Amino acid sequence: MTEQRRSAAPAGREPLHLHVPEPSGRPGHHTDFSYLQTSPAGAVPRPPIDVSPADTGDLARALVRVLADDGRALGPWNPQLEPGRLRQGLAAMLKTRAFDARMLVAQRQKKTSFYMQSLGEEAIGTGQAFALEPGDMCFPTYRQQSLLLARDDISMVEMMCQLFSNQRDPMKGRQLPVMYSYKRAGFFTISGNLATQFIQAVGWAMASAIKRDTRIASGWIGDGATAEADFHTALTFAHVYRAPVILNVVNNQWAISTFQAIAGGEATTFAGRGVGSGIASLRVDGNDFLAVYAASHWAAERARSNLGPTLIEWVTYRAGAHSTSDDPSKYRPKDDWANFPLGDPIARLEAHLIAIGEWSEARHDALRKEIEAQVAAAQKEAETFGTLVDGHIPDPASMFEDVYETMPAHLVAQRAQLLSGR
Amino acid sequence: MTMSEALTGDAAAVPSAGTSTMTMIQALRSALDVMLARDPDVVVFGEDVGYFGGVFRVTDGLQAKYGTSRVFDAPINEGGIVGVAVGMGAYGLRPVAEIQFADYFYPASDQIVSEAARLRYRSVGDFTAPVTLRMPCGGGIYGGQTHSQSPEALFTHVCGLRTVMPCNPYDAKGLLIASIECNDPVIFLEPKRLYNGPFDGHHDRPVVPWSQHPLAAVPDGHYVVPLESARVFREGRDVTILTYGTMVFVSEAAASETGIDAEIIDLRSLWPLDLDAIVRSVKKTRRCVVVHEATRTSGFGAELTALIQEHCFYHLEAPIERVTGWDTPYPHAQEWDYFPGPARVGRALRRAMED
Ligand SMILES: Cc1ncc(C[n+]2csc(CCOP(=O)(O)OP(=O)(O)O)c2C)c(N)n1
Ligand SMILES: [Mg+2]
Repeated sequence: MTEQRRSAAPAGREPLHLHVPEPSGRPGHHTDFSYLQTSPAGAVPRPPIDVSPADTGDLARALVRVLADDGRALGPWNPQLEPGRLRQGLAAMLKTRAFDARMLVAQRQKKTSFYMQSLGEEAIGTGQAFALEPGDMCFPTYRQQSLLLARDDISMVEMMCQLFSNQRDPMKGRQLPVMYSYKRAGFFTISGNLATQFIQAVGWAMASAIKRDTRIASGWIGDGATAEADFHTALTFAHVYRAPVILNVVNNQWAISTFQAIAGGEATTFAGRGVGSGIASLRVDGNDFLAVYAASHWAAERARSNLGPTLIEWVTYRAGAHSTSDDPSKYRPKDDWANFPLGDPIARLEAHLIAIGEWSEARHDALRKEIEAQVAAAQKEAETFGTLVDGHIPDPASMFEDVYETMPAHLVAQRAQLLSGR
Repeated sequence: MTMSEALTGDAAAVPSAGTSTMTMIQALRSALDVMLARDPDVVVFGEDVGYFGGVFRVTDGLQAKYGTSRVFDAPINEGGIVGVAVGMGAYGLRPVAEIQFADYFYPASDQIVSEAARLRYRSVGDFTAPVTLRMPCGGGIYGGQTHSQSPEALFTHVCGLRTVMPCNPYDAKGLLIASIECNDPVIFLEPKRLYNGPFDGHHDRPVVPWSQHPLAAVPDGHYVVPLESARVFREGRDVTILTYGTMVFVSEAAASETGIDAEIIDLRSLWPLDLDAIVRSVKKTRRCVVVHEATRTSGFGAELTALIQEHCFYHLEAPIERVTGWDTPYPHAQEWDYFPGPARVGRALRRAMED
């Protein structure tokens, strides 16, 4: 059989070869970011919300941007937010960044077993959180802590108790750190298994339509996880039932060590997948707080107006390691983020506020320090309830709870066995 | 040990003539290296296995050595990974695919259960699936419920699959080569807590590296540990422990700590298995404890106890004991209350010796 396969190709035909996509940059040589099609700020039109999905093909290839390099806000997607609201957005992003930085240190100190930061992606969850309404439900991945941190009603102390797996951990120590669940804040319980939540977001949205409700869902997925069948299934169901859902694809260019081309991003866009499924789709600068807010708001309006789903590809960059278990210097250039054409979302919003005379470097520094102090104080308080390293973990016997609504006999017996040391 | 620590590199081997001291990671890599070199039909792929060399580093260096057509990254789609492996097998290749964690095989269930496992049967041998699916399994690294599972019973329940789980570098390499050379689909489960040392369940003690262990002496070249062959890991007269994976070392610790002269059978191949070795040992000791990390109900231990009942009933002097994970998802912080450690195995040994 091997012989047969090795037989020479017919005259005039080259033998086949396997294409395996490769990023242009690897340790030791720079990334050529020209693969990342961008558009100038303000250049992409903003169609009415009842646009036909088939007519969003150009929007799924271009890049919606509002913030220009000089800090000005340009074009039809400028959401014209009040400066006060912009400062709130900036503060929320700073909070997420400070929270992540502290928790990375806490992981190194073994106070938590594991952490995942969202460095460089803070604008996406923050901007969308600002565009959603109370009662809407997000189905996030592990990298959308900014959805929670953008809110005032979720305490950092409680989030840290989850990370420290301590006696106040609302997940009772069961879940890996960062796997939060906040129904009261419209934040679905995070699964370790990628992509499952994307279909569930569609189901929640369908339920809202079935019940003639007004609430919408927001599903989240990474570029890498769009390769899962669940992503495509979600698009089909969302399209078929015109579900009131925002389908967010966070394209941060990497899935652990694999470049977005391994997920199917080569010479196409993830937003393009939506158009092919009959879903209105946008490709948006995810490091541009104004564009994030505007696109999220547009999609939310569509959903709330019975116009169905919108897929949004957020172009951004995973500036940090995938997780505390990862070392990106093994597979990509060390200075990649510095060369990423879309910059740093916090610096860009700061520059905009300064450009419009609503902010200053001094105020920015003062705010950053104030937020860092708040995060430090929250950590201090959370640690009074224990951390993983000091053994103040939730009661072991509690692991038998919630497997079922009421504990069946076999679990009662197993719990008794654990407690009696038999 | 946490996820972050478990996912870092391994120590270098100390070579000697034809044999090297290897960690389990190095032994698995060596098996892949040997097979990639020997058989041009072997291809290796999976999430992060190409350029980076896998999150546990098992395939490190193989893409550089064999090229991107032989060793490559796959999209995050386990159903796709197994599906293309089946297709490649139909062509005549011998794919070795990695599922990054056994906890993530579920999206591939249909391709495994309905396709790979039944290709030979439904085509009367016209097509086969000579596919090896490597999957790190088991707990012990604070991985929580989606990086800790031991789903072996879900595979042993499927006719047409072979399910294998080595517990040391020597067996890991020999069994992986045997699995790759096997024309049936093989589920190759790798207890991740054993990757870098023979962990005996004493999580609060310093990590013991493989370099101290005799089974870390691994031939550099090609050899096989035959499928369907168990290993008498520790000889003993009092009671037989049937186990596999991490629990082999936990059981060994329990035997020495209780002073009970237990015979430990490391099944190595879970299904089809080495029934003779089991029956021989249980008939000799007349007592039996079954140990696994997976949940208890409908776990593989249930099959083992049924087999002993069928084959050794009149030789038994005590009820068969089962030590397993509790019937709950694997908790994160309470990992060591969940994990069936040496104390729990020791108590079962004492009970088995009572009557
Ligand atoms: C079903 C499944 N397969 C594999 C994994 C392991 N895994 C966890 S995160 C990850 C990469 C995901 O990348 P992406 O979707 O781009 O999200 P990002 O981490 O970049 O935010 C992988 C492969 C998993 N958690 N679940
Ligand atoms: Mg990604």
